[in-house]
Amino acid sequence: MNSTVAATDTPAPFHPASSPDYLPREQLRELQSRRLRQVVARAYEHVSLYRQRMRKHGLTPAEIGGVEDIGKLPFTAESDLRDAYPLGMFAVPIQEVVRLHPLSGTTGKPIVVAYTSQDLEVWTEVIVRCLASCGIHQDDVVQNACGYSLFTDGLGLHCGAESFGATVIPVSGGDTDHQIMVMKDFGVSAICCTPGYFLYLIERAEKIGVDLRELPLRVGAFVAEPWSEAIRRRIEESAGIKAYEIYDLPEIIGLGVGAECCHRSGLHIFEDHFYPEIVDPQSGDPLADGEEGELVLTTLSKEAVPLIRYRTPDLAAMVTEQCPCGRTMRRIRRTGRRSGEKLVVRGADVYPSQIEAALLAVESSLPEYQIVLSREKGLDQVEVQIEVTPQIFSDQVGTMESLQGKLAEEIEHSLGIRVPVRLVEPHTIERSGDKTRRVIDRRGT
Amino acid sequence: MRIPQLSLFVENKPGHLTVPCKLLAEAGINIVTLSLADTQQFGILRLIVREWQRAQEVLQAAGFVVAVTEVLAIEVLDRPGGLAELLGIFEQAGINVEYMYAFTARLGNRAVLVFRFDDLDAAISSLTRAGINPVSPINLYDLQAEE
Repeated sequence: MNSTVAATDTPAPFHPASSPDYLPREQLRELQSRRLRQVVARAYEHVSLYRQRMRKHGLTPAEIGGVEDIGKLPFTAESDLRDAYPLGMFAVPIQEVVRLHPLSGTTGKPIVVAYTSQDLEVWTEVIVRCLASCGIHQDDVVQNACGYSLFTDGLGLHCGAESFGATVIPVSGGDTDHQIMVMKDFGVSAICCTPGYFLYLIERAEKIGVDLRELPLRVGAFVAEPWSEAIRRRIEESAGIKAYEIYDLPEIIGLGVGAECCHRSGLHIFEDHFYPEIVDPQSGDPLADGEEGELVLTTLSKEAVPLIRYRTPDLAAMVTEQCPCGRTMRRIRRTGRRSGEKLVVRGADVYPSQIEAALLAVESSLPEYQIVLSREKGLDQVEVQIEVTPQIFSDQVGTMESLQGKLAEEIEHSLGIRVPVRLVEPHTIERSGDKTRRVIDRRGT
Repeated sequence: MRIPQLSLFVENKPGHLTVPCKLLAEAGINIVTLSLADTQQFGILRLIVREWQRAQEVLQAAGFVVAVTEVLAIEVLDRPGGLAELLGIFEQAGINVEYMYAFTARLGNRAVLVFRFDDLDAAISSLTRAGINPVSPINLYDLQAEE
């Protein structure tokens, strides 16, 4: 590999585990093709769903010579994972599985994430590559505020960060005052959590008189939720850190499918393990580079539950230009929207993240908000409810009304449809833990 | 002479006005006067109470957003033209009255009005020039007792 490329613009010391990030493209393609042949053969042999689907298309593993043939393979959907629950997608006997994460699934029906010991090794490896990519290194004190237990970010991040010698504090979620104390007492330099939780932590720190900018905290790796550039700016400004995104998809591996590098212009997908494609969400046809569509991933090395052409809920575009960081791993630019999260209101597509960005454009901080959908006389009604905070409250009606107007205007600008904004009393929006349920859909009832 | 005024955000829903009033009652805090500015969706309840810091704490602890602003209480002769004369002073000085409301109690033959200005200092000096002294907080809080 080319060592001069490896050193380019990477602020953290180079970690040997990151070597595959810089593989020359031809070599990477060979590796991908070899792994694809292997995973297709294993899936065909051990998972009846794959065998039946391929036969239906008149395919045998022999016809898949390399990644150029990947388009011949049928897709796999989240519903397949739910239908096959609990063991239907396993390509290995359960004795070879060393860890199971049964998840409740986004629609309430469960799915299961399983790892063999080799899968765990791959997971640890990609986490190390993520952290290195975000400039987190072995001298860092890493506060892991991702949920442990069955979530696939907490434990994964823990193992990865520990394996390269960082100091890991497995604080998990919740008890924010304690988290802030730990942060101060141990000179925490890196934190991993959801952007939503970190916003809450910022607010809490302000309230108890702790200025995060004065602490050694210098980097945040944010996971699990789509966030906007406006939120990134808010986080960086109020905490005095660099904020990076790490891509998390439980079905694929958990946290660590990809990560931003110091240039933060898209997520590098670790495509030696996860082969990315962008397809048209309707037709399933491959889209040209740069076009926005559904991200499809194939797990090239996964043993326990291999996924062939898995249709992720994420909408993204492929960036093929070489990144200045030197990594040869292609990047995806996420739209921050998930096809599953899309709300269709009076025929218009509405994504909560668009509303969030609009709110942040008006207010420097993100207030608690909720999108309430209802149906009146067969017509979709949508309303954005925003909690009044001391920062935005004024004793003058005119000021409050003009704020309301500005918020509505910004949302209309972002969504293209007019959405009424209602200011509500503090603490009236239901919170589950530290997260808020952003969308209340009453149209079905 | 500056009177601290508490403002609260309340949603325009049945019962939403009762809660803050009950909270203050339970804390033994008397409301000297109040006004409610409302729109279709929300209202801003403005209160004048003697123990405003304690009232603020009680309301904030219950989750209300409370703002404190300084207002002036000014006596006006209770006869035609009384208010117009007073407003003339502010108009000449180019001072905006953001809002005003009347007191329930009176001082002799005078009504008492609460004013919120965009520029409080300018309002005070223009009143001083006109020989008008705003009502002091002590006198104001005791108005109720005189009745």
